[in-house]
Amino acid sequence: MARIVGVDLPKNKRGEVGLTYIYGIGRSTARQILSEAGIDWSIKVKDWDDSQLSGIRNIINEKLKVEGELRSSVQMNIKRLMDIGCYRGIRHRIGLPVRGQSTKNNARTRKGRKKTVANKKMATK
Amino acid sequence: MSRSLKKGPFIDYKLDKRVTDMNNSGKKTVIKTWSRRSMISPDFVGHTIAVHNGNKFIPVYITENMVGHKLGEFSPTRMFRGHGGKKNK
Repeated sequence: MARIVGVDLPKNKRGEVGLTYIYGIGRSTARQILSEAGIDWSIKVKDWDDSQLSGIRNIINEKLKVEGELRSSVQMNIKRLMDIGCYRGIRHRIGLPVRGQSTKNNARTRKGRKKTVANKKMATK
Repeated sequence: MSRSLKKGPFIDYKLDKRVTDMNNSGKKTVIKTWSRRSMISPDFVGHTIAVHNGNKFIPVYITENMVGHKLGEFSPTRMFRGHGGKKNK
């Protein structure tokens, strides 16, 4: 069982994909790590031997910010924006899109589930 | 897309001059400005700048964290008071 920075990697995936189960590692970072460790991308996670695993661990530990550390730094960045009271911070605070998207329709990812307003159509007449 | 580093940060000439003057003389007054597009440089820290939002001047106290943002970001131009409700009837 390959366990890296507290995450169990799926056994039956190719190394390139398996590494992306770690928060902060996507396909391209996974490829960089593997090529640096001298491992073929297409080798499955279960076929890594111990020395290869420790090589990967070392690279991740030394060069990358992943999982908890990364999550907290993202949160800190958002908190900083909220504390200084700039436009982006305010948008974060009230839970609306931050990057200038339209909010007339959609924007449901930020706004959450629809809140239906009773008799909205009537009121506009 | 962010601004080219080659050009350096943009700060309105007049505003920059007033801030440096204040730093040199050691006085502290509120500066009124319309220049929302100016970037906050490290010289601004500790001053209060009243930034116009199209209607009135919003006083903004500049702290360390705000360096690198634009003045306009701290002076919202729209105010949302909430939808409908019984108050309006």
